[in-house]
Amino acid sequence: MKVLNVIEVAYRATIEEQDDTVVWITHAMKGAGADLTVLLRGNAVSYAVKGQDASGLSFGGKTQTQPPHLDDDVAKLIGKGVDVYVVEDDVAERGLERSELIAGLKTVPRNGLAKLFAGFDQIWHW
Amino acid sequence: MSDKKMFTIVLMDAPYENARATTAFRIIDAAVRHGHTVKVFAYEGAVALPFAKQAPHANAVHGRDAAQEDHPNPKDWIAAMMQAAEQAGGKLEWINCGLCVDERGVGEAIAGVTRGSPADLWKNATASDNTLVIPTK
Repeated sequence: MKVLNVIEVAYRATIEEQDDTVVWITHAMKGAGADLTVLLRGNAVSYAVKGQDASGLSFGGKTQTQPPHLDDDVAKLIGKGVDVYVVEDDVAERGLERSELIAGLKTVPRNGLAKLFAGFDQIWHW
Repeated sequence: MSDKKMFTIVLMDAPYENARATTAFRIIDAAVRHGHTVKVFAYEGAVALPFAKQAPHANAVHGRDAAQEDHPNPKDWIAAMMQAAEQAGGKLEWINCGLCVDERGVGEAIAGVTRGSPADLWKNATASDNTLVIPTK
């Protein structure tokens, strides 16, 4: 079974969780043998921006030592053989240049989503 | 060929936060009452839905004591849907993401709830006729 994980809600509890929970569960299911592809759309395309830094959080002297590294987490998915798409219109609308994004991404135009979806057995829209 | 189906449903919302959990319960209730099997994977805040220590309360604004208020706790609805499923010849299985449970300290769940991992979600999804993800926002 081929599943497309569509990630749209971005930066939800990523500081608390020290990752994005849908990127995380994609890693975990891939490890369990799942055939998954990821589509980053909307604000979640920002997960592919290189060099983002969420470090430095400290409350009452209790410092977060393991902040999220969302770009690295997405890159590691690609390294595991997971295809990761970004919606190129969403990238452009946010003023992002392709050179600012991690390597290995695939792009899809917004008007190409239906064709992309047709290649999967199930679409999981997180 | 059996007309009974199996569905995997992923929930993410904590109780008493928004209408998505209630909507999910409507879908689950309708499915199990028709004898279908539903396998829930509770992720993130949704692991608190079957937390055993939920308690009803009085409501002074409503002018009712706890018994009169009869405040619904989701754990009781889940238990009732499990029972309804059995009576209809189906089944409601509920798996809580174990790490999510640990983060939130809600390990004491009602009977019938088990602890699992994303591997269980994938296993159930591949065995089901379809999967519905109801994410949080």
